[in-house]
Amino acid sequence: MKVRAAAWHATVLESLKSNDVRLVVYVPDRVLTPLIAALHADAFFTCFAATREEEALGILTGAWMGGMRGTVLMQTSGFATIPNALASLILPCQIPALIFVSERGTLGEFNLGQAMVLKCMRPVLDALAVDHHSITRQDELAFILDRAIKQAFAIQQPVTFILSPLLTGGKVFGA
Amino acid sequence: MTRAHNAKVMNRFDLTKRLVAQLKHDEAVIGGIGNANFDLWACGPRPQNFYMLGSMGLAVPIALGTAIAQPRRHVVALEGDGSLLMQLGCLTTVAMRAPKNLTIVVWDNGIYQITGAQPTATAASTDLVAVTRGAGIANSAWATDEDDFERLLASALKDGGPSLIAARIDDEPAVATTERDPVQIRERFMRGLSVRG
Repeated sequence: MKVRAAAWHATVLESLKSNDVRLVVYVPDRVLTPLIAALHADAFFTCFAATREEEALGILTGAWMGGMRGTVLMQTSGFATIPNALASLILPCQIPALIFVSERGTLGEFNLGQAMVLKCMRPVLDALAVDHHSITRQDELAFILDRAIKQAFAIQQPVTFILSPLLTGGKVFGA
Repeated sequence: MTRAHNAKVMNRFDLTKRLVAQLKHDEAVIGGIGNANFDLWACGPRPQNFYMLGSMGLAVPIALGTAIAQPRRHVVALEGDGSLLMQLGCLTTVAMRAPKNLTIVVWDNGIYQITGAQPTATAASTDLVAVTRGAGIANSAWATDEDDFERLLASALKDGGPSLIAARIDDEPAVATTERDPVQIRERFMRGLSVRG
């Protein structure tokens, strides 16, 4: 019997919930729309938009210090706004920030700006020694998320999940 | 130069002392980068204080996050005019979430004091109280003098909704400098908030 795989966004939602990650602050992206809609629809989560990605990291930091686990969602271009918040808040204060980035700029991108940010995103994360996982397969998603989320809180370090178009379908021209 | 208000020019350290003296319920205080948190530090140790050593502009977002996580504790953000101007969008997020337990205090001297007193937009044209009201935080006011600052703060601490108190301040430097140990600052703050035992 063929079992239909869960949608990627359902797996992300369940991984957050099972790790008691209740706060979700995002700057939206078309690719993330079904995840954001599902999070808004679930009363377990406090989910809202920030005006800017670094603002979202600030909110997450305050919440975590207050005892509430959080995550931020953004698209690739938005990543370019957060290196200062990473280098001067998240890393020196050892804040376990869960950062989801929908990977734009590859596999059919039509926006050069997204592609340019993508070229520097992993090098910046490596330069800051921030763990990052590029996720391409649904059958690996739950394992990677659950293990890496637990690790982030155990060692009090941020982690970035880069959601590939191979997983999400991405965003294509005209979509 | 014209100013949109006629508030008295006061002193940040003096007002910070008045603020800390009003905190009777272990309220959390997020001290923004630079002089805002230096003068908070100078008021003496308090485990419910978080001192920002980087991430300019994020005092209000950090305070909002703490206010969401601990809705029964009042949270105060102390921010300078230059820092708030860097992250004006956060005022709209605060207005949208409308936490009852959040107060923003902005020290406005119209300069980037710590970098050499370059003028900010508030010195020329921008009224941060009007900006905040426009963002949707109706309870936003200039403190006309020290007594008015204390009155506004006492009212804000009653959890009636998000509020902003703006104070015109002089260009006196902070009276001390915060110890630069981010992990210790964060850990102490979490113990102060009873998150850590």
